Amino acid sequence: MNRQKIHITAPFSPETVQKLRAGDRVLITGTILTARDAAHKRLIESLEKGEKLPLNLENAVIYYTGPTPARPNLPIGSAGPTTSGRMDKYTPALIEQCHISGMIGKGYRNKEVIDSIKKYAVPYLVTLGGAGALIAKSIKKYTVLAYGDLGAEAIAAMEVEDFPAIVAIDIHGNNFYEQGQAPYQKI
Amino acid sequence: MREIQAQTITEAVKNLCIEACYHLPNDVYEAFYHLKETEQSDSAKYILDDLIKNADIARQGEFPICQDTGMAVLFVEIGQDVHINGSLEEALFEGVRQGYTEGYLRKSVVAEPLFERINTKDNTPAFIHYSIAPGDTVKIRMAPKGAGSENKSILKMLVPADGIEGVKNVVLEAVKNAGPNSCPPMVIGVGLGGTMEICAKNAKKACMRDINTENPDKRYAKLEKELLALVNKTGIGAQGFGGTSTAIRVHIEWSPTHIACLPVAVNINCHAARHAEIIL
Repeated sequence: MNRQKIHITAPFSPETVQKLRAGDRVLITGTILTARDAAHKRLIESLEKGEKLPLNLENAVIYYTGPTPARPNLPIGSAGPTTSGRMDKYTPALIEQCHISGMIGKGYRNKEVIDSIKKYAVPYLVTLGGAGALIAKSIKKYTVLAYGDLGAEAIAAMEVEDFPAIVAIDIHGNNFYEQGQAPYQKI
Repeated sequence: MREIQAQTITEAVKNLCIEACYHLPNDVYEAFYHLKETEQSDSAKYILDDLIKNADIARQGEFPICQDTGMAVLFVEIGQDVHINGSLEEALFEGVRQGYTEGYLRKSVVAEPLFERINTKDNTPAFIHYSIAPGDTVKIRMAPKGAGSENKSILKMLVPADGIEGVKNVVLEAVKNAGPNSCPPMVIGVGLGGTMEICAKNAKKACMRDINTENPDKRYAKLEKELLALVNKTGIGAQGFGGTSTAIRVHIEWSPTHIACLPVAVNINCHAARHAEIIL
């Protein structure tokens, strides 16, 4: 993991996507969109039926999270990442058909997702699992955009300032989980 | 016979839910500092620092430790000389309902698992393990259980010939399969013996145990240490970014079993090994 933290903006520009490398620590400022299991399922079902999606996902950075309810006078509750692997079944379609510019979650991705990351130049970042209180401090605004009936699983725009993340899989397929673990793997 | 009002139980459970989700137990908090001393990877040290910061922010009471405030798992030990005035189960559920609502905790329970998966919107039902004990008190241990770690549980019906090596292999398989998804450094609960369901319950009990405890049977306490050393050789490390802090502890709980059985269950808890307890 690099000591230096890189400031980047979301949605990710093609230049940002090109320069990010596995193991880079970044601080993200801009707008990211939340979507997790139930929202992914609905989006993909709509795509399969040829229906219009409830929002435009072009260039969106998707963050897999389902926050706790906000207290009065706070923009959001705790909002750490959920396991990305549960979205693997849906992710290649979101990358290929909706042209998202990045993903943020936690944990490993399957081969199909990694192939899409490389082919369409969409990096996969992770943030700290189980550190939802720390992460919430970088979230300034939370606005539900679609599927409000899903509650914590709704699609929402999050305005973030210096949101902490680490590049897990870059667009060349370098994988920080593999790189990081290799020196310590004794069995 | 001592009387306890159902309302007293509701109030206690409400407070336990809130405490568990905002206040990382001191034993876990201190374990982060201990891990930092032995950890070899710089990445893992950064992560441990962030986990300490996270716990500090959560303790201020505005943001829960983790957004997955879990299913409410309750271990309820009822003294046989206690009479509960009112419905015990309803009192427990009401405590969860109030705790998750008033504490601004996420409601993460769906009413059935397969078809509609409609959220119950108040985090009930709670998942309750009752036991009867001598005495006139009621002990309630509340442990919110998130899905990232719960989804990585396994249960294997080994046979006696598989022995200690077989048990080690099952634990290792579970940990490798969990990887970063279970938010390491993890607390690993291992259940041994019993029937299939007792074995699973042992694993759950083990991963909810206080960090600084060991199995009272010296042989199992030794195995707990061996398993910890073993899983920390996987290299997974804090958050899966590599290092020597894959697990904080391995705990074993065991039961007698059949002459032909050696059930092994593994239930993993994330680094936010949340638990809170009260004796009424």
